[in-house]
Amino acid sequence: MSTGRILAVLLAAVTIALIVGGTVWPIQSASATAGTGARLLRPSSSPQAAVENLADEIGQQAWDNAYSSLANKSEFTELDFVRDLTGSYPSLRSHASLDSFDVRPQHASADDAQVRLNLRWSTVVGTFPDTRNLQVTKAGDRWEVVWPLVREPRVPPQVIPVNYLRWDVIYRGAEDDWGSQDVESPHVRIVDMHPVDRGGRVVVMGELLNEDVVPAFVTVKATLLAKDGTAIATEDSFDKISHVLLPKQVTPFLIEFKNVALSQVDSVHMQPSSTLIAASADPVVEIEDQHLNPGPQPSLSGKLRNQSGQVVNVAHVLGTFYDNSGQLIWVSDGYVERALLPDTPVSFAISIPPDIASQIKTERVVTSTYSSSRFQ
Amino acid sequence: MRSRLSILFASLIWIASAQAVAQTNGLRLPKTIEAGTAFSIPSTGSGKAVLYIVGPGQVLRREVQLGEPAAFASGDLHNAGHYLIVLVGGSSTENGAFDVTAANQPAALSFIARPSRLPVDLHDGISGVAYVFDRFQNLVLQPTQVSFQLSGAAGVPQMRTVLTRHGVAWTKMDSASKEGAAQFEARVGNAEGKRVIQQVPGDPCRLRMNARASGQRMTLETEPVRDCAGNAVPDGTIVTFTETYTGGEATVDVPLKRGIARTEMPAYNGATLSVATGVVLGNEIHWGKGQ
Repeated sequence: MSTGRILAVLLAAVTIALIVGGTVWPIQSASATAGTGARLLRPSSSPQAAVENLADEIGQQAWDNAYSSLANKSEFTELDFVRDLTGSYPSLRSHASLDSFDVRPQHASADDAQVRLNLRWSTVVGTFPDTRNLQVTKAGDRWEVVWPLVREPRVPPQVIPVNYLRWDVIYRGAEDDWGSQDVESPHVRIVDMHPVDRGGRVVVMGELLNEDVVPAFVTVKATLLAKDGTAIATEDSFDKISHVLLPKQVTPFLIEFKNVALSQVDSVHMQPSSTLIAASADPVVEIEDQHLNPGPQPSLSGKLRNQSGQVVNVAHVLGTFYDNSGQLIWVSDGYVERALLPDTPVSFAISIPPDIASQIKTERVVTSTYSSSRFQ
Repeated sequence: MRSRLSILFASLIWIASAQAVAQTNGLRLPKTIEAGTAFSIPSTGSGKAVLYIVGPGQVLRREVQLGEPAAFASGDLHNAGHYLIVLVGGSSTENGAFDVTAANQPAALSFIARPSRLPVDLHDGISGVAYVFDRFQNLVLQPTQVSFQLSGAAGVPQMRTVLTRHGVAWTKMDSASKEGAAQFEARVGNAEGKRVIQQVPGDPCRLRMNARASGQRMTLETEPVRDCAGNAVPDGTIVTFTETYTGGEATVDVPLKRGIARTEMPAYNGATLSVATGVVLGNEIHWGKGQ
């Protein structure tokens, strides 16, 4: 037999072995997204198996199966269960898919166990965690999960008068004379800028002010220049900025350059740009109970309270952190996965690098919001 | 071989050039013609010929009787620039050139005013640039006086008279101390251009707030927010209220509505309340028991 044939037979054998292995002993968290979990559910003969099965069914959005497997399903409806996981109002949760999960047994007795289920949901703006501490009880020869339902509040029917300002724009038309005026772009200004070296990457942070009397859509681009004046790299702030700035509003921004050392950089060329856009001064979001949480995974947590009548579908939280001398030392951001209902606080948390957390003296938090039909 | 060919071509070019110079002398052409005016080109000899006039964006072809002038009516040539004339006869070709200049009478202007929106009380903040054209849209290069005037709802209008250089006149004006729309006008002869300049309030001055209890929360409200010239800062301007208390903080960005910003925040004893808009800081309030 020639060497080629031997290699072909060998490859075929290994492939078949891997397929069989993957089918018989699948990785449970991966099967949640593979869409094959339904055929791979194990008997719920242990607390861990029961929770894994439930997570699999949640990942496949097999709500009927998941709900019917719960020990406390008589306490709420299937719709309540689905709303707990996907949100009552359109939000990041509504469009998220289960990326992965892990199960951590905490405590177990003969017919009762405590298990922590860490769900990681995937969205267009990244993943968000969802941790549930589950009680698992034994019913006959199988274990069933007691689901700790989080009831998302419902807003009762009402009329909330809102009369904040709204800006509309009429731009210059193509048929206008040469030299005739167009609407002036908003005047924006970088009021703070600070490049730092973060272990193999350069991070440019700063704050941008809309000093005009009209709303602006803003972006910030930075170019790192070497000593000979050549451009090393150009990047923009992407979503590490609040793109819509109302008059006199300030947003932090963060621009990251990977694989560049600050020692290579002679100067940084900043290019803020702004466009006049139609916008609304509504909704107003209060950020309350802001706390810095030290520890191995430091974070800034707080609650967002929508003071307006409009439901906010997606909220983006940006934190700016300063040291003792008032120097900007870090910018961090995060998204809130649940919709903000009028006057209903929703928790948020944004992570902070541990080495930065110890230097933080003060912080400033801003939000930008997205509501179904318009961006602000 | 190659050098011989080069010499031959050079000789031919020299002979052709010399002949061209001689023929140019044969055509008696005006040096310049004002755009849109009537003119004629005299010729010598006898018989028929064809006269070509080639210029920027325009070509004329006329059959002419040699010995008689070729007449062109007003408006035949209207684009300013350099024109080539070629007279092709039965046995000879004559050529020449002349310039068509813009008419001296300005008939139109293009007026560019920047910016269209700026804060009040800004020295040389408004610039106006006027391009002067004749009735054929040729840039009038002759120095021409252009009058600029900036007038608002209040105050004395600012006026400047500027001579054009190479067809362009420009000036700078100050914005008024009162907000509102100003008319910026440029005029030359009967031609005029008008632009509207929006003069908006500057940064807030003396930002002050007060606080009062409202159940478990407190209501924060600014005094009417004005700039240093007393203009009301426009609605929609963001005012940031910050409450710092033991172990926590709360902030809210509130837009001005009818000149004031108002919000509710949690009431914590000992909390420090501050207010800011843009880079302007306002007063601080220490919220204590009994308030």
